[in-house]
Amino acid sequence: MNSQSVPAPIGEDDLHAQADGRLAGPRRGEVDHWLASHPQEAGQVAAWRAQNALLHRAYDNLLDAPLPARLLGASRPARAANHWSWRIAAVVSWLALGAVIGYWLRGDVGFSSNSRSLASLPRQAAIAHAVYTPEVRHPVEVGAEQEAHLSAWLSKRLGAPLKPPHLENAGYALIGGRLLPGEGGGAVAQFMYQAANGQRLTLYVRNDASGSSETAFRTAQEGGIRVFYWLDGRFGYALSGESAAINSADLLRIATLVYRQLNP
Amino acid sequence: MHSRDSIVAEIPRLRRYAHALLGEANRADDLVQDTLERALSRWRLWQPLGSHGTPRAWLFAIMHNLFINQLKAGKAVEFRPDDELPDLPTRPTQDDGLGLRDLTRALATLADDQREILLLIGLEELSYQEAAKVLSIPLGTVMSRLSRARARLRGVLEEEAGGGILKVIK
Repeated sequence: MNSQSVPAPIGEDDLHAQADGRLAGPRRGEVDHWLASHPQEAGQVAAWRAQNALLHRAYDNLLDAPLPARLLGASRPARAANHWSWRIAAVVSWLALGAVIGYWLRGDVGFSSNSRSLASLPRQAAIAHAVYTPEVRHPVEVGAEQEAHLSAWLSKRLGAPLKPPHLENAGYALIGGRLLPGEGGGAVAQFMYQAANGQRLTLYVRNDASGSSETAFRTAQEGGIRVFYWLDGRFGYALSGESAAINSADLLRIATLVYRQLNP
Repeated sequence: MHSRDSIVAEIPRLRRYAHALLGEANRADDLVQDTLERALSRWRLWQPLGSHGTPRAWLFAIMHNLFINQLKAGKAVEFRPDDELPDLPTRPTQDDGLGLRDLTRALATLADDQREILLLIGLEELSYQEAAKVLSIPLGTVMSRLSRARARLRGVLEEEAGGGILKVIK
């Protein structure tokens, strides 16, 4: 457009687009200029903007609200042949139950063969979380930029394929991981994640090698650290975060994400 | 991203829209659940409608069709503001005289198609073209319907605030 030309007439569509922030470049300036000498229309645009803002204030809280289990269940394909979907459905329902029951039963009742190895899992994970998450300069041994190497290295040391889950959807970016000593000389992997506000989560992965076993999700509170943990096959998993920073519904949601990625 | 994961990622926005559209949490989640079940049964058919490469507009289109079918079937889908909303911590304070209760009441006075367009544009921030595809209407209809919806909402809100141009002098 040459600068001498008269701008196209301003129509109501331009005013809506201005209120919705949908005008680009020169047209936006033209409309602003025009509005400066048309107070009634300017008031209209301001009122529409206020409506949009009011809608966001009224309903944006739903974006952060924990998802009802029935919606997570509904988002799984209902095909009988798909074992994966049944497992997810089972996990989602167990999540709700396990969160409650697991809390009451933690450490108090024996769970046959799994109980011993399972009992120590949240505590070990919480200790590792407490030791490494405050680290500023050395939170991990291998950073996320070397993810392939991290995955190969920890898979080799734990003796089974292991890839760090990605939790960007939940607002946590992978920082990296490290190798830790486990009980009885085994190796343990710890992956660390960080949110934009600096809060960190860790995923503690232990190869129990005690055969195939599976448990519901359980929660534990170790000091100020909230832990979700479960056994799946040869691995024991524990997801930890500071209780003050993450509520159990959010941690549960992230545990579900982790589970889904570990069981594609 | 896996298709199913990309659908799961849209659930919070679907809930926000459905809640604002229906005014009540349980029926909103029913609509979201129906939408997800429908979407999952045909996610291989998903063609990106919008520019984001997400199934967002497609999911809103499915939800719109379910909403319309419910209206046609004569099911009670009328807007019913629920009571807990005004107690949310996000309630505006002194910056405007309008509480969230006023907003939900005002939304309830809009026609269903006006409420849909107002929310798709103003809350979900779809482009006008995306909204046209979601609602299967021409772009010109989007603009005229949006204009009527905004004028009506403005009138009702100003009336409720009691100090606006529409204040009735007795």
